[in-house]
Amino acid sequence: MSFELPRIPVGKGIEAGIDFLVEHLAIATRAFSAVADQGLRFLEATMMSVHPVIVVLLATLLVFFMTRKRGVTVFTFLGLGLIWNMGLWSAAASTLSLVVVATVIAISIGIPLGIIAGLSDWVYRIVRPILDFMQTLPAFVYLIPAIPFFGLGRVAAIFATVIFSMPPAIRFTNLGIRQVPKDLTECADAFGADRWQKLIKIQLPLAKSTIMGGVNQTVMLALSMVVIAAMIGAGGLGGEVWRAIQRLQPGAGFEAGIGIVILAIILDRVLQQLAKE
Amino acid sequence: MVMGLSGSGKSTLVRCINRLFEPTAGEIYVDGQDVRALGTKELREFRRQKFGMVFQHFALFPHRTVLDNVEFGLEVQGVDKAERRKKAEKSLGMVGLEGWGEKYPSELSGGMQQRVGLARALALDPDILLMDEAFSALDPLIRRDMQDELINLQQSMQKTIVFISHDLDEALKIGDRLVILKDGAVEQIGTAEEILTRPATEYVRKFVEEVDITKVLTAESVMKKSEDVAYLGSDGPKTALRKMRKNAIASLFVVQKDHTVAGIVFADEVRNLADQGEGDLEKVVHRDIKTVAPDTPASELFPIMQNMSYPVAVVNEQNKLLGIIVKGLLFTAIAERGGDV
Repeated sequence: MSFELPRIPVGKGIEAGIDFLVEHLAIATRAFSAVADQGLRFLEATMMSVHPVIVVLLATLLVFFMTRKRGVTVFTFLGLGLIWNMGLWSAAASTLSLVVVATVIAISIGIPLGIIAGLSDWVYRIVRPILDFMQTLPAFVYLIPAIPFFGLGRVAAIFATVIFSMPPAIRFTNLGIRQVPKDLTECADAFGADRWQKLIKIQLPLAKSTIMGGVNQTVMLALSMVVIAAMIGAGGLGGEVWRAIQRLQPGAGFEAGIGIVILAIILDRVLQQLAKE
Repeated sequence: MVMGLSGSGKSTLVRCINRLFEPTAGEIYVDGQDVRALGTKELREFRRQKFGMVFQHFALFPHRTVLDNVEFGLEVQGVDKAERRKKAEKSLGMVGLEGWGEKYPSELSGGMQQRVGLARALALDPDILLMDEAFSALDPLIRRDMQDELINLQQSMQKTIVFISHDLDEALKIGDRLVILKDGAVEQIGTAEEILTRPATEYVRKFVEEVDITKVLTAESVMKKSEDVAYLGSDGPKTALRKMRKNAIASLFVVQKDHTVAGIVFADEVRNLADQGEGDLEKVVHRDIKTVAPDTPASELFPIMQNMSYPVAVVNEQNKLLGIIVKGLLFTAIAERGGDV
């Protein structure tokens, strides 16, 4: 006897959903496209408008003033110099621009969402399972729906990156707000502070270093996703790696990979320092 | 002064007063205003105007300097920068922390941190100070200092203070009126003496059992008020002798017309004076007598009275005679109230 359960059309449902959104969210996707594209062009143009040596020196100075640490400063100088030397300068500039644009978007959505989730238990109950879902879904899967929305290319890459890298910004902000000692918020209430004053004067300043930890995570995730997004035409250092895979050139692959590592280390150290202050 | 053991509902009670906790039943009136009837905005305004709160674990904002902490209440009220700085500095001065404004709370000792907490509440010049176990987290020595300072401050400020404590000695020392709580219900309300001498319930009796009654009984509560005195200038030796005989005593306090204490005379010397036919007591008045303030605790009276053959005069700040304490009287008063002599 054979009895077959009907297959539940999960995939079909999602596709129908995406089709619906593609059709009806055209305005939103076009706006997102415009913002992301403009941001990318501007950043890249700025970085490429002067000679790499000047950019390396400026970046080194900037890192020094932000961290006041000799190690990171020297590393920045040598690392960026190496990237330039390996002929990966424009690829690195492109990757960095992607990371910056994606991070700015992810943070400017993630932190306010995190604040709301931190202040309201029922919002948090709704947001948490969504975050769990977003973080456990394999990163590659995000690339697929990005294409129908934005077509192949960098904007689609940014979209996938934003989705992938936003959860830590939300989670850490929520955590930071919730970690503010209860007696301090109670004290603010007792002195007649309204909700906004309490948030601005007490909760956010005290949550700052946790939130910065979330920003750091977001940047790191964005960097890793931007590389993966080379598969849908993000270009940059990830593109170099992707090309090296297709042509089986381990040397070129490692060169681009090292470039990514250098960017990651510099960003991480600078952001960690900012979180401490 | 609200007191009770942990879990008795003291902190909950104080938080109901400014509705940090929403009371489920009952009524709260502050200056005739029904606090429970206030809307969100009115409540916020009400908290700003009426209450200053001091917390057990200080609740200082670690990211703000001492001055910025003290200014917080004024800041949320929208007071402009210059004025709130002025008020905050004045308030810091009141608690003896001038010059510490630029430090961060973590740089201060526990006692100093709580002074900042107190200054933050005082900066608003609130009608009511809510102090939730304000001194409980401090070392015993610092705690005593802070208690003394609060008493001093209170003498000049004259505010309503709702003070929460689980320390009976602290409650007896600071409180004018005590509320004893158990399981969220009031066991007794009264002055320290009332609670110690006439505990309303078995629980209160057990609670105060350990207290040394001689620390609570004061000169005022054991003194004798309606004692005859001799008036300097108008009363002669014969009148003085008659008064002593009437009361069966061997000495008599002498006061000026305005009732300030001049000294004491003794029966034998007055009799000699009368025999010589003198009309004025002046010559036999002993002026170097011991006087005590009405709030002197009984425990301090013992050593004073130990070697004295005559009673001690209780006088107020203007040196006016309020009453006298005889040694026997002191022992009886303490024995009556259940203390060990």
